[in-house]
Amino acid sequence: MRRRSLKILLAGTASDSHTWNLVYLQLFMEEQGHRVTGLGPCVPDDLLVAACAEPRPELVVVSSVNGHGYRDGLSAVRALRSAGVQVPVVVGGKLGVAGRADPAQRALLLDAGCTAVFDDGDVEALRAFTAALAAAPAPTAPRAVA
Amino acid sequence: MSSAGALLAPPADRRDGDLRPGHRSAGPGVPGPASFGGFVARAAAAGRLVVQPRMGFADPDRMRAGLAGTRSVAAATVGTLTIDSYTRVGDHAAARAALAEGVPLNGYPIAAHPAERTRAMLDGILGPSFPVQVRHGSSRPEAIVRALAAAGLDATEGGPVSYCLPYGRTPLAESVTNWARACELLATLVPDPGVPHVESFGGCMLGQLCPPGLLVALSLLEGLFFTRHGIRSVSLSYAQQTDPVQDTEAVRALHRLAAEFLPPETDRHVVLYTYMGVFPRTEHGARRLLEGSARLAVHAGAQRLIVKTAAEAHRIPTVRENVRALRTAAASAERAARREQPPLTKPWSAETADSEVYREARAFVEAVLELGTDLGRALRTAFARGVLDVPYCLHPDNAGRSRSFVDSGGRLRWAETGAMPVVPYLAPGGARTPLTSDGLLAALHGVAARYDAPVTD
Repeated sequence: MRRRSLKILLAGTASDSHTWNLVYLQLFMEEQGHRVTGLGPCVPDDLLVAACAEPRPELVVVSSVNGHGYRDGLSAVRALRSAGVQVPVVVGGKLGVAGRADPAQRALLLDAGCTAVFDDGDVEALRAFTAALAAAPAPTAPRAVA
Repeated sequence: MSSAGALLAPPADRRDGDLRPGHRSAGPGVPGPASFGGFVARAAAAGRLVVQPRMGFADPDRMRAGLAGTRSVAAATVGTLTIDSYTRVGDHAAARAALAEGVPLNGYPIAAHPAERTRAMLDGILGPSFPVQVRHGSSRPEAIVRALAAAGLDATEGGPVSYCLPYGRTPLAESVTNWARACELLATLVPDPGVPHVESFGGCMLGQLCPPGLLVALSLLEGLFFTRHGIRSVSLSYAQQTDPVQDTEAVRALHRLAAEFLPPETDRHVVLYTYMGVFPRTEHGARRLLEGSARLAVHAGAQRLIVKTAAEAHRIPTVRENVRALRTAAASAERAARREQPPLTKPWSAETADSEVYREARAFVEAVLELGTDLGRALRTAFARGVLDVPYCLHPDNAGRSRSFVDSGGRLRWAETGAMPVVPYLAPGGARTPLTSDGLLAALHGVAARYDAPVTD
């Protein structure tokens, strides 16, 4: 199956200053053939929304490990959806301070418009998600595929 | 008990000022008995390593319990107020909202709680025998500095570079201005006889995989920056990396450079951080790494140690876990100190020979100081030209041309140096391979894997 190279926007959350997760994810997704724009850490909602304007990404990946990921991720995805951004948005990492995934928080993130929520370290799920997205036809007008 | 053991054993009530006074620096910088620097100096003179947790809870009652737990440890301990991430980035509305919603924060929101509340939280705990340091990570520290001074505190940490480049998106120029003002503000707001203390976080950039020469240079340069903005008591930091020998060189290089470059009247000490990178996931691995850092601190001559807990790899640790880590570190330091002669006050500046780390750090320091007499401006120019270039740092004001790796002997080395005044390391006959995500992951997890491995001897 031919897979497209996705344009991916990668960002930390508004209050999260961690970067190793972002350095790793950029390499990880680039090695799968995707083109990744990294916004770096501490990305406020308005900057994230603005970065989705032009050139438009085909996937937004939000990564957080500081324990505020749930609250910040919720705010980020709400901002994106209310600004009319329709591309898939995924959130992953250590999302709370308790050290374990919280199903209720995951459900709220999905309700708010997240396309998928990944647990800390679940990069195989992210790989499968991007592979499926890259295998699907482009959502916009047909174009040449390398 | 040996005489060294007696020296290190805590007195029955060690909080009654039993630590004898005495410090090598003299003049206006001599820290007062109630000051952070003074406490560390007295502990060092008594041959005791100060141990300190990284601890912050949103709720004042829990925060108080954490400080009380730290204080109760039978060792030379200082307390920590780690500030939450919302306050750190200046989003005080979010900090207040989280308090109102009851959403747990990852630290104490010092600017969201009224000063009286923080004073009450510290009442009966903070004092000459138990100083408390405010730790945050903010490139916009003014609100935090005002809040800590209003609460009767006088010690914090940070720096124009180390609280900007790796951990946020504030422009470096803005961070430099903010930190100059914050230092001057702290010097103004703390009443006599308090001696405001600022620790450089420069020895901890990114937590891991930054070669020690650059860490040491940044810490020294930030310490110098603080003194130029009115601070007379500073500490220089270094975070444990991959190799104990290289780490020892780094701590000693800090002492030597401090003697060479800081104003002689400045009170100073060196603080070591237990490994800041990916932490071992097993109880025994975490304990061994912590004990190794305490031995390193004593052997290399650091006077204070910021500890980590076994829970670190998984979540924010509890008070009990922090207390256990402090006890473990203090006990390890005490055992190490029995073997070390002389104790922590030895004059490193005279003793330390040239090491690779010292030479590299000195090259960075001199290259920056040559860029002008205004140190803040010189730091900005250095990063703009790539003279200083933090590897893997995503900040737009970082050149991003340097890369590091762990060599086969375990030392952290430069693979690429861009425009920096140091040369890349060439392994004998070794061609460089590009860094992959797997390679990065292996490097990031190298220390954890080594310490998590079963003990075989």
